[in-house]
Amino acid sequence: MLEVKNLTVAFDDKTVIAAVSLRLQRGNIGCLLGPSGCGKTTLLRTIAGFEQPGTGEVWLNDRMASSPNALLQVEQRGVGMVFQDFALFPHLTAEDNIAFGLQCLPDAARQTRIDEVVQMLAIADFRHKHPHQLSGGQQQRVAIARALAPRPHLLLLDEPFSNMDVELREQIARELRTILKQDGMTAILVTHNQLEAFAMADEIGVIRDGGLLQWDSAFNLYHRPSGPQVADFIGEGVFLDGIAISPTQIKTELGVLTGAAPHGHAPQTQVSVLIRPDDIVHDDNSKQTATVRDKVFRGAEFLYTLTLPNGTRILSLVPSHHDHAIGEDIGIRPQLDHLVLFQSDIAM
Amino acid sequence: MKYLPLLFSLLLALPTAPAEQVNVYSGRKEALIKPLFDAFTQETGIRVNLVTGKADALIKRLELEGERSPADLLVTVDAGRLYRAQALGLLQPVSSAQLERTVPEVYRDPQGYWYGLSIRARVIVYAKEQVNPAQLSTYEALADPVWSGQLCVRSSANIYNQSLVAAMLVHHGQDATEQWLRGLVANFARAPKGGDRDQIKAVAAGQCRLALVNTYYLAGMLSSAIAAEVNAARQVALFWPNQMDRGAHVNISGAGVTRSAQHKDSAVRLLEYLVSVPAQEWYGKTNHEFPIRAGVAGGEILQSWCEFKADDLNLTVLGEKNQAAVRAMDRAGWK
Amino acid sequence: MSEAKPPLQRGGLTHISPWTAATALAGATLLLPVFVITASVFLPSGDIWRHLYDTVLAEYLRNSLLLALGVGCLSLPLGVLPAWLVTLYRFPGSRQLEWALLLPLAMPAYIIAYTYTGMLDVAGPLQSWLRAAFAWHYGDYWFPEVRSLPGAILMLALVLYPYIYLLARAAFLEQSACVVEVARTLGVRPAQAFFKVVLPLARPAISAGLALVLMETLADYGTVQYFGVATFTTGVFKTWFGLGSSIAAAQLSALLMLFVLCLLVLEQRARRLSRYHHTSARNTRLEPVTLRRHVALAAFCLCAAPVLFGFIIPAGQLLLWVIQTWHSSLDSSFLALVWNSMELAFITALLALLLALAVCYTRRRHAGLVTNAASRLLGMGYAVPGTVIAVGVLIPFTWLDRHLLAWYDALFGAGAGLLLSGTIFILVFAYLVRFLALSLNAVEAGLAKVKPSMDEAGRSLGVSGFSLLRRVHIPILRGSLLTGLLLVFVDVLKELPATLILRPFNFNTLAVRAYELANEERLAEAALPALAIVLAGIIPVIILSRAISRSRAAYA
Repeated sequence: MLEVKNLTVAFDDKTVIAAVSLRLQRGNIGCLLGPSGCGKTTLLRTIAGFEQPGTGEVWLNDRMASSPNALLQVEQRGVGMVFQDFALFPHLTAEDNIAFGLQCLPDAARQTRIDEVVQMLAIADFRHKHPHQLSGGQQQRVAIARALAPRPHLLLLDEPFSNMDVELREQIARELRTILKQDGMTAILVTHNQLEAFAMADEIGVIRDGGLLQWDSAFNLYHRPSGPQVADFIGEGVFLDGIAISPTQIKTELGVLTGAAPHGHAPQTQVSVLIRPDDIVHDDNSKQTATVRDKVFRGAEFLYTLTLPNGTRILSLVPSHHDHAIGEDIGIRPQLDHLVLFQSDIAM
Repeated sequence: MKYLPLLFSLLLALPTAPAEQVNVYSGRKEALIKPLFDAFTQETGIRVNLVTGKADALIKRLELEGERSPADLLVTVDAGRLYRAQALGLLQPVSSAQLERTVPEVYRDPQGYWYGLSIRARVIVYAKEQVNPAQLSTYEALADPVWSGQLCVRSSANIYNQSLVAAMLVHHGQDATEQWLRGLVANFARAPKGGDRDQIKAVAAGQCRLALVNTYYLAGMLSSAIAAEVNAARQVALFWPNQMDRGAHVNISGAGVTRSAQHKDSAVRLLEYLVSVPAQEWYGKTNHEFPIRAGVAGGEILQSWCEFKADDLNLTVLGEKNQAAVRAMDRAGWK
Repeated sequence: MSEAKPPLQRGGLTHISPWTAATALAGATLLLPVFVITASVFLPSGDIWRHLYDTVLAEYLRNSLLLALGVGCLSLPLGVLPAWLVTLYRFPGSRQLEWALLLPLAMPAYIIAYTYTGMLDVAGPLQSWLRAAFAWHYGDYWFPEVRSLPGAILMLALVLYPYIYLLARAAFLEQSACVVEVARTLGVRPAQAFFKVVLPLARPAISAGLALVLMETLADYGTVQYFGVATFTTGVFKTWFGLGSSIAAAQLSALLMLFVLCLLVLEQRARRLSRYHHTSARNTRLEPVTLRRHVALAAFCLCAAPVLFGFIIPAGQLLLWVIQTWHSSLDSSFLALVWNSMELAFITALLALLLALAVCYTRRRHAGLVTNAASRLLGMGYAVPGTVIAVGVLIPFTWLDRHLLAWYDALFGAGAGLLLSGTIFILVFAYLVRFLALSLNAVEAGLAKVKPSMDEAGRSLGVSGFSLLRRVHIPILRGSLLTGLLLVFVDVLKELPATLILRPFNFNTLAVRAYELANEERLAEAALPALAIVLAGIIPVIILSRAISRSRAAYA
């Protein structure tokens, strides 16, 4: 459906996107994830056709849409776009905004399609209101409905949740995912919030400084990060120094950690091991202890920040009925299925 | 985007060759000349096309348009401007027995570049109740400290004042004129502002006792439909200065045929008409200017003022000395 | 990766369209007069500067600066306070005042100067009555002098404040209630909120209005000349006409333009430093608060004062004069005057709007130093006195005319007259040079409301080019377009000096007629054409005000 090949985009000699390649299947939802200023929006805009690449190509529906020499105009690409500021037309009602891209349809078909998306996104209550009379969430639904109405091949969403209440974001993201999946829509979302990315996307690309670090499923990003930058950006966790002592074992301050599969580093190599909070299990019977330095209540769990006797900081997720005071020593036990580790000199 | 006005300009530019006509750039206001042109058209069948405006600006337009300028005749309300146009090479000499017979020599260019059409005198008006006319004598005497804070006059940007000072420069030379100017400025009752009617009203209101004005403004106020104007004018009286020596300062309104004139004959005919008896009578009656043609009676008001002696300085020098006059006024602090 | 690649322009626009080229050409043509005037700096002008420097230059400078300062300081509160009151509060008459406050816009500055002088001067009815009633003589009592620098400041401020009012009100209307409410939750009282939040947010709009006011003030000739205040503009004329040096006059104008340019750069910088935008997408409109009793009365007086002094009193005086004289001044030619004025004003306003649209869009698509500077310079004409503009226009056009004709003669033999000079074309052109700033400002302000993402949204929905313009831009811009149209319309109605010099044969306007009569000091007879200018100007002013209120009702 969408294929980006070795794409580079530069503005005034400043490279914003460097050699990015990715592929998205029809009906899948992709996500470009990265901190602000990393180039993810530029990548999205290049896919939309607002920017022209310096090298590389963008293919849509097995058709080349962008290259350094040729550019299929945005209006001919069949991409829908939801803008960060929604860009609703202030002089049109919600319904007229939705109808904006449907001018070519005959009246009856247009009305049918409007009714469809109005129902799909639950806009009926405010379909005759002007944008300034709508809340942020309502505006967002209108913006999505407007982009979906002409049935684009590809829907692009630029930080669509950034104007929403934080506590609603994940929920709305899941609802949106359901709607898009029902419609069989292929979509790409840009966000800096990984929870939104996890809630929405089938495939996620982590972008840093204009480069695509990893294009993979959420599970793999979390559990099989391609490098320390991805590991650091996705999820919480700390790196512990260690030394490879056998093909499957690493010696660290938490003791010898054993992975299910060979880690591929020669013995005596200095490595950094990624320790996720869920890798550290609280066990009152364990001989190994750590001191509670901080704790955050997360409903079902506490996220404890602990220090090992030598001062190294680690995180641990503990069921919330284990309420320990700060300063208290508690028993811990590492429980790792597979080891995520990088050679020390390249770790962060 | 510009089709519309271009179309307009074409529509206006193309039909420029109907029967006989004459094109006039006039520094004289429309109301004070158009009726004469209408009468001329009625009499001769020659159409008169008119643009009015500030004479200096019209001269500039004439200059920039150059040889192709559509203007045939330049009308101004002072000799200085006509001199300037002539000096810029914008006028051409014309000779007409009728013009030469009618217009006295001092009121026309010796070579026929321009001709005077009416005479305007700059005089002193005084508050009847406060000033004894016996105290008044000459322009020169207005600089006497005795009149300190008593004199109203308009700005030095005004051509009538510039011409008056130019005449002083001719008669008395640079130093004496500048000294006179300093004395005159010291006698100002207020910073110069407004026009000549304003000066008359200020005298009537008691802000000053004397003012320097052109006669036809006073006459215009006396014959005004507005009671306040008439009342103000009745509180002042006119004094003819310098009657014992060279005479009162006069200027003319006049006209000259342009160098680019394409309707020279019609322009000369128009000039001749403007000095004809009916036209001259109209000047006197409508605008209260003194006719340039001898033997033509003005209106009642003009007749009520006694005969006066006019300075017979050739008016060309007013133009020559104009710049020097402005500089002298600047230096004296006449605003 | 970036080597050997030419930098790409955003939006994939790497070529210059014919449309852009045409705009650049039109812009360059309109810049000619300004360049011609500026070029005069390099011409020798003899010892005139020495003379000016020794005698009058300091006074010109001082008076121009004081005038600009005074008009600025006075028109700011006159514009901003009523805008704030009628937008955020309700009190008796507030709805009527909302549009009435714009009325002085229809009053030419020189006309208001004439009327107040007629009323308040030493020989006017008021002082005459005082003298008669109390048997005073001149000098027995103190009375402010109308025809003075403070008088000129007052006159100009009274007719120019509507520019600030207009832009300030539009800015206040666009502000969201949240901002004020947030300020109040932070413990700021409403009056304080005005100074701490509302005013700073509206600052770009207010300073744009102030820039217009100052430019108009510096270009004013009629009022200061009549009041005997020697400023740069009167100096330009005296140098030109009295000292006979059009070069030195142009140099003085160039100096004036330089001054205005500095002003504009400062304004631009101030605006950049304070680039405020509403970040919240949830704009709730400000609900006007109803004022009661004393406060309402005070608000009413504050808002009614500028209307009373800037419009009702002078218009009333004009009406009185008209009643005395209409039988002699109302004739068949009068209708022709009205028609000529309206026709010119309408054509110019329309063209100015189209040009401003073309310029602003070119600037939007090819943002850069050149387009920015060009559009700034295109607005410069607003600060140049009309007569100087007229000469700046005549110089290139008569040159062009002569060359066109030489060419024509070679082809067809001699005979043709000037093609452009002395036509409506050249007159309209001069108006465009003079007033383009107004429509540029209006369009620019409107275009700022069309966020680039709206263009992109339109394109992603398959709508582009003129269709996008028609369906998105024009509806959003409508209010601003109307504003630009009407401001130019009203200003052309009032324009005098350029009209005087450039108009064709047998072609007069209301302003010309009013001037000729007033200049002959026949004020009472000048009242009819003057009142006609005011009336012709009122209609668009009311339309303008209604359009703004409607645009507020439709969307914030």
